[in-house]
Amino acid sequence: MLTFIAKRMIQSVLVMIAVGLITFALLRFVGDPISNMVGQDTSTAEREELKEALGLNDPFVIQFANFAKNAVKGEFGLSYTLRVPVSQLLSERIPATLELSILSALLALFIGMPMGIYTAIHKDSWLTKLFLSSSLVGVSLPTFLIGILLILLFGVMFRWLPTFGRGEVVDLGWWSTGLLTWSGIKSLILPTITLAIFQLTLIMRLVRAEMLEVLRTDYIKFGRARGLSMKSIHYRHALKNTLIPVITITGLQLGSIIAFALITESVFQWPGMGLLFIQAIGNADVPIMAAYLVLIAFIFVAINLLVDILYVVLDPRLRTTVGD
Amino acid sequence: MSLLEIKNLTVKFPSRKGDFTAVNDVSLSVEPGEILGIVGESGAGKSTVGNAIISLLDPPGYVSGGSVWLKGERIDDLDENLKSAIRGKRIGMIFQDPLTSLNPLETVGAQLIETITLHLDIDEKAARARAIDLLNQVGIENSEERVDQFPHQFSGGMRQRVVIALALCSDPEVVIADEPTTALDVSIQAQILGLLRKLCEDRNVGMIMVTHDMGVIAEITDRVAVMYNGKLVEIGKTDKVLYNPTHDYTKSLISAVPRPDKKSHRFPLVTYIEDVKERPEDLKLSDMWLGKTRDYEEFDGPMLQVENLKQDFVVKHAIFKRNHKYFTALKGVSFDIKQGEVFGIVGESGSGKSTIARCVTGIYEPSGGTVSICGTDLNKLEDKSRQNYYRRQTQMVFQDPFSSLNGRMRVENIIAEPIIFHKQATNKTEVKKIVDELLETVGLGSNAAQKFPHEFSGGQRQRISIARALATRPRFLICDEPTSALDVSIQAQVLNLLKDLQEELGLTMMFISHDLPVIRQMCDRVAVMQSGEILEIAETEALFNTPQHSYTQSLLGLMPKFRTVS
Repeated sequence: MLTFIAKRMIQSVLVMIAVGLITFALLRFVGDPISNMVGQDTSTAEREELKEALGLNDPFVIQFANFAKNAVKGEFGLSYTLRVPVSQLLSERIPATLELSILSALLALFIGMPMGIYTAIHKDSWLTKLFLSSSLVGVSLPTFLIGILLILLFGVMFRWLPTFGRGEVVDLGWWSTGLLTWSGIKSLILPTITLAIFQLTLIMRLVRAEMLEVLRTDYIKFGRARGLSMKSIHYRHALKNTLIPVITITGLQLGSIIAFALITESVFQWPGMGLLFIQAIGNADVPIMAAYLVLIAFIFVAINLLVDILYVVLDPRLRTTVGD
Repeated sequence: MSLLEIKNLTVKFPSRKGDFTAVNDVSLSVEPGEILGIVGESGAGKSTVGNAIISLLDPPGYVSGGSVWLKGERIDDLDENLKSAIRGKRIGMIFQDPLTSLNPLETVGAQLIETITLHLDIDEKAARARAIDLLNQVGIENSEERVDQFPHQFSGGMRQRVVIALALCSDPEVVIADEPTTALDVSIQAQILGLLRKLCEDRNVGMIMVTHDMGVIAEITDRVAVMYNGKLVEIGKTDKVLYNPTHDYTKSLISAVPRPDKKSHRFPLVTYIEDVKERPEDLKLSDMWLGKTRDYEEFDGPMLQVENLKQDFVVKHAIFKRNHKYFTALKGVSFDIKQGEVFGIVGESGSGKSTIARCVTGIYEPSGGTVSICGTDLNKLEDKSRQNYYRRQTQMVFQDPFSSLNGRMRVENIIAEPIIFHKQATNKTEVKKIVDELLETVGLGSNAAQKFPHEFSGGQRQRISIARALATRPRFLICDEPTSALDVSIQAQVLNLLKDLQEELGLTMMFISHDLPVIRQMCDRVAVMQSGEILEIAETEALFNTPQHSYTQSLLGLMPKFRTVS
């Protein structure tokens, strides 16, 4: 088990180094960092001096080593346009994005799973048909459209909920949260729902498909032949077997919720990383883009590692093959 | 009053074309301590009877008539709660596939304890003791320790024992066993059957044994019911039904079982089945493309020479090659197959039979040793076109007729592919003509060409496989368990076809099977394999009459003792 985790860790580090290389190439070769920093009237000699001082004349390997060292510490240099350290910008934005995406992931999971289980067990009830047909809407409507419709309905027509921003936030050390004020919570509702709807329908359909598959297996039939109660068959024997494939997809989805919250963030002007990233693209602010890339890659790799470990914990068949 | 009684049971499956009657007016009864066999071919409705007794019919099937009585008490019209109180508690069930019958995520003990505490009013600790005791009774050693293991840590035979223990959790009065040994090797089958027989006698349990295997019926049942097309055609004492059958279907079914005791020229066919089609008598292979002299170079010596063949599989990858862990499937195997000979390889699952076939055809690259076809080692041959020349002479028929044909190709294209690849025909009309001839040869008729594989039954698909193998006009045909997925009547047809083709085309054949009677009927010489080694090679008759190796002797001893009426 420990060697298995160690192996996966090594793989994760390799992936991060690869991502680092790509990001470094982006920083180094997209545009000239010197001309991004200095004015037009700087002389060539001064430029050379600056280049030397910044270590841009060093060999590639040393430059990359320095970049990697700084990246591990979370330093990605100054933003070209805002003239502030990128790390500072990101740490201001991370809480907003994480709060939004984790809340919507939880929402999707805790509503989607029971819906999936219900629709699998009660295959022919009218509620199942309602869930399934309405889930089609969730899958097919693009996120921005759902966001705009929600704004129109609850923000503009009924005027119940705010349509942009985070509302009042409370600072807890380096973390700023919107969950402790009434306006913060109200501001969270619409973006959370918008971000969750697609995931929710996806999880529901996935759980349903897997569960139907499991309910057809021999061990479920054998369980019924032994007289086990329906409750035990559905929730003890079937559900556990259903969860194994569901975990993979849900894990990856959590990654993409965090990474691609940017559409929702721009619809609701949510001050998160996604919004920062979109603005950075507009301004060709390469350090921010690089930092964002590395951070998202890190989140994906970390979630994947977690999913792999969870797999082994859940499935005894994997435990013996990876055990030693 | 019988222990279990079924009266006029009728089960229907609604479909778009109207109701399909799977079980038609069947009446049976089982006494305590008795084993009643239900035998029949696939689709006869035998498993449906078993499922209907405990109301576990697969939807949309339903009981449309008749009744089920347990000790004089009607049980088929109870409500669902009362029914599930009978399931497991008073009627236990054993299913076919031990590999899928247990929940893979829970320990064997957890599954046993759950079932025990459900049916008996005892606490967890007492249930655990009972679970260990049950495992002991079904012959699992170290049960104290093994009770905490997961199903995947048990072998197939051991898992079936666990399944039996689960069925016995609450001392049921009736046990329904649905093909309990079909997925197991013959030596394990004998153990499981012995165990079931003993349990019936010790506990005075009534058992219904559903199977397609006449050998199993002969081995352990007291009475037998023969089903055909959902109807009960004959029921009586096992000895009487097997050795003195009265119904035509029973007679032909029994005569189609390959005889273990003597070699006969052809397999008798189940004439009762309407759909039997033999190859037309007037079909002369010598007039056809298939029968024309083949353009192969003549050579002396054996068709196939296998010398010290080794095959390892990596079971665990490591970063460095020397740290890989290997499973040795073949530990240095040597044998020759003469031209025109039918060479049998027999052994239990995991003995390496199929691995040999795959090494010979080049699907696997051997880890060591040589394989020479027509005196040439193909793995050392550089010239691609010469390699193809030899590969063309060697063709293979696989075990599973459902996965060995591409479901998205028409039969015509499936058979034409090797013809085109090996440039056996010059133009499209010629290819078409050859395909039609081949389909005619295997007894399907040329109008099969435009259909897709799913439109055919298992036996017909296997005929398509044979036609595809013949499409390169091979000299050497490898058959890997070609009939083990088929019913006995269909098996007889396919084996007869293979025999005819072998004789008329002078094919050399390697015939792999776990079924000793089939081997006896098909082969000239036989190799007996166990865990990657050949233990004995002998002429078929010599092997069956005077086996030399102790393993061969025990295999022959385990062969179901069922002699057909002569």
